[in-house]
Amino acid sequence: MSITKRVFLTMSCAGLLATTPMAALAQDWQPRRPIDFVIMAGPGGGADQIARFIQSVAERYDLTNRPLVPNNQGGGSGAEALLHLNNTSDPDHTILVTLNSFFTTPLRQANLGIDIQTFTPIAMMGVDPFILWVHRDSGITTMDQFVEQARSMNGEYVMGGTGTGQEDSIVIAFMASAYDLEVTYIPYDGGGAVARDLAGQQVMATVNNPSEAKGFFESGDVVPLLAFSDERMPGFPDVPTLRELGHDFSYYNQRAVVGAPGMSDEAAAYYQTLFTQIYETEEWQAYLESESMSPLWMDAEEQRRYWETQVETHRALLAQLDG
Amino acid sequence: MEILSLLGSGMLVALQPLNLLLILIGVTVGLFIGAMPGLGSVNGVAILLPITFLVPPSGAIIFLAAIYYGAMYGGAISSITLGIPGASTAVATTFDGRPLARQGRASLALVTAALASFVGGTVANVIFTAFAPVLASVALSFGPPEIFALMLLAFATFVGLGGDDIPKTILSICLGLVLGAVGFDQISGAPRLVLFDITGFLQGIGFLVLAIGVYGIGEMLWTIEQSRDEAESTPPKMTARGMVADAAEATRRGWRGTAIGSCIGFFVGILPAAGATPASLMSYGVAKMMSRNPQDYGRGTPDGVAAPEAANNSASTGSMLPMLTLGIPGSPTTAILLGGMVIWGLTPGPRLFIEESEFVWGLIGSFYISNIAALIINLAFIPVFIWMLRMPFTILAPMIFVLSVAGGYAATRDMFDIWLILIFGIAAFVLRRLDYPLAPAVLAIVLGPIAEPTLRQSLLLSQGDPSIFFTRPVAGPITVIALILIFLPLVKLLQRGRKADKTT
Repeated sequence: MSITKRVFLTMSCAGLLATTPMAALAQDWQPRRPIDFVIMAGPGGGADQIARFIQSVAERYDLTNRPLVPNNQGGGSGAEALLHLNNTSDPDHTILVTLNSFFTTPLRQANLGIDIQTFTPIAMMGVDPFILWVHRDSGITTMDQFVEQARSMNGEYVMGGTGTGQEDSIVIAFMASAYDLEVTYIPYDGGGAVARDLAGQQVMATVNNPSEAKGFFESGDVVPLLAFSDERMPGFPDVPTLRELGHDFSYYNQRAVVGAPGMSDEAAAYYQTLFTQIYETEEWQAYLESESMSPLWMDAEEQRRYWETQVETHRALLAQLDG
Repeated sequence: MEILSLLGSGMLVALQPLNLLLILIGVTVGLFIGAMPGLGSVNGVAILLPITFLVPPSGAIIFLAAIYYGAMYGGAISSITLGIPGASTAVATTFDGRPLARQGRASLALVTAALASFVGGTVANVIFTAFAPVLASVALSFGPPEIFALMLLAFATFVGLGGDDIPKTILSICLGLVLGAVGFDQISGAPRLVLFDITGFLQGIGFLVLAIGVYGIGEMLWTIEQSRDEAESTPPKMTARGMVADAAEATRRGWRGTAIGSCIGFFVGILPAAGATPASLMSYGVAKMMSRNPQDYGRGTPDGVAAPEAANNSASTGSMLPMLTLGIPGSPTTAILLGGMVIWGLTPGPRLFIEESEFVWGLIGSFYISNIAALIINLAFIPVFIWMLRMPFTILAPMIFVLSVAGGYAATRDMFDIWLILIFGIAAFVLRRLDYPLAPAVLAIVLGPIAEPTLRQSLLLSQGDPSIFFTRPVAGPITVIALILIFLPLVKLLQRGRKADKTT
């Protein structure tokens, strides 16, 4: 009874309070329904693992009065998820865990009518680096051997990754052109499937995120050769970066949370506070470290500017891919 | 021997008072979630995941696995009593479960489903316990060509069935394939078949939407039309003695389907990307194909209920295998369980069996206990479900309609799907009047989206050379068998034609 009354009061006062600072309102707005926690990828991949970890932290500290309900929408390189947010009838209860396909998919499919600047920035939880992996049984342990092997196969060297035009294909395309390699690229619906098919030797190499390959790396099934990060990663001190080898390229996958277009300011403030709390927990900080992710905390305004620069960067990269 | 002692200690973990209580609650909750159209084990596990923070991790996963089990049992209930699939995994159960119910044999169908589920689950548990690590490498050896070959085999079991009208079956399959292709193409990321530029089609047509349309609305219309000039089905009675008699009949007439479903279910379940829904459909097809009386299928044979029910339980245990041994989910539900394990601070992956042995074996032990609990609870509730059927159809029909619409909405929370359900329902009714089999269309919309990407991935692997399906050691034999099955009816048809020529 008291809850209904409070909701009613909050709603009726919302108009009066329109001029009060947002922070004060953030305390008042609370989700009234389970939160649709959309994931831009299929189950098992990097984005999926992160979403579920975030959900777990929120549950452990009881940070939300309504649960975050994960909802995998991996179709069409993330287009399915973007459309889901664009068309939602309840923007205040719909948030999305994004990858870089947040930038690339609207670029590649202009007909979807998605303008990411209409989305609501919530939190940048970190960025995920890429590593080049091969199977242990290939006998390859260095980049030189890899290049030699791939060249010797005249285009029949098979690499797996996520959908065409998505992160993995961008990284692989850049590497292939930098080393003058010809590879066959097999697109999968998510990083989890890619990791599995490298372990099963259905493909010869991948550029999984460390979190996706972690299980098979620890069991010794896959071997890291090259990192696409700016500096060597603490978790992989012996793996050289592409920069060290003389190519000016690094690439990260963003792990950001965004709200649906049309989300009210009150709701946006609520989620921003929520994800700041999650970000600052010991668990999330430990997760960043164990999964070799880098922190890149930004406030809402910085995120919007980051989106702009990322869209331009990806426009250039995709043009290179197609050209 | 070491495995047996590990299993024994695992069962002791599962039998601890708290865990046993969790199993009983989980199975009961799962039973009802599974019985609700639209809500399946995926939703149940996702919704109840947060509750598990109140108990230790081993108890939590035991609880969720119990829900998973219960839902597999429960899915059959509305498939049989109302003709609406309770969950995608129970669609194949409607094929014969519903006709049995219409003949007044709902209790037989429900008992068969419960017993077959139990056997399927138990067979899978034993295989799992004994061979988990070996089977993990089998799962990994299935790449895109192998999975495509398997899908081809699944289609073949539906085409190659004598008795049915083959051109109509093929048309039905094509219809399902086309519907399955709507939405985003996985390989190129481009949208396809977005009819009239309606954005709803971009998300694809959900399998459950078609199944609820065909079996919920379509079946309701069909029954209304049939019962105009026909007496209503005999009201089923339920007594303890009747149930024993049903159990005996279920054993006698359903053991074949159970055996087939148990084995196929497990192996399809451990494969990546498959899960319990394809497993149950494939088992139904194979059971029908191997049967001496294939014409009974679809008209109400216990074997046709037993095969998919044994398979979906067997597959749900099977899909735990890649999850526990490799950290890769074998079905949507296990993907959520996997998330749960991360939440509880466990690292899924190849090392879980070694590093968290007590957790893993406690879970495996709980499979056995959950299975027994689910059987008992399910049997105990059967009279309640039968009672529902005693309502006159004038009350049942609106109820089916409401459940179909509510269930369809619950799954995706999208009004667009409701319109699709209604359209599919009416279309299904018309097609059925014209004698088109609809099960193949339902099969195709499940298997098409698995088959198509794997076909294209395979051809990318081989630079476009289709011989990849014949030269690989596992894919080769499967492809050959599938092709033989597809062309067998054609050969028979030709032979018959030649004989006819001779006699004239």
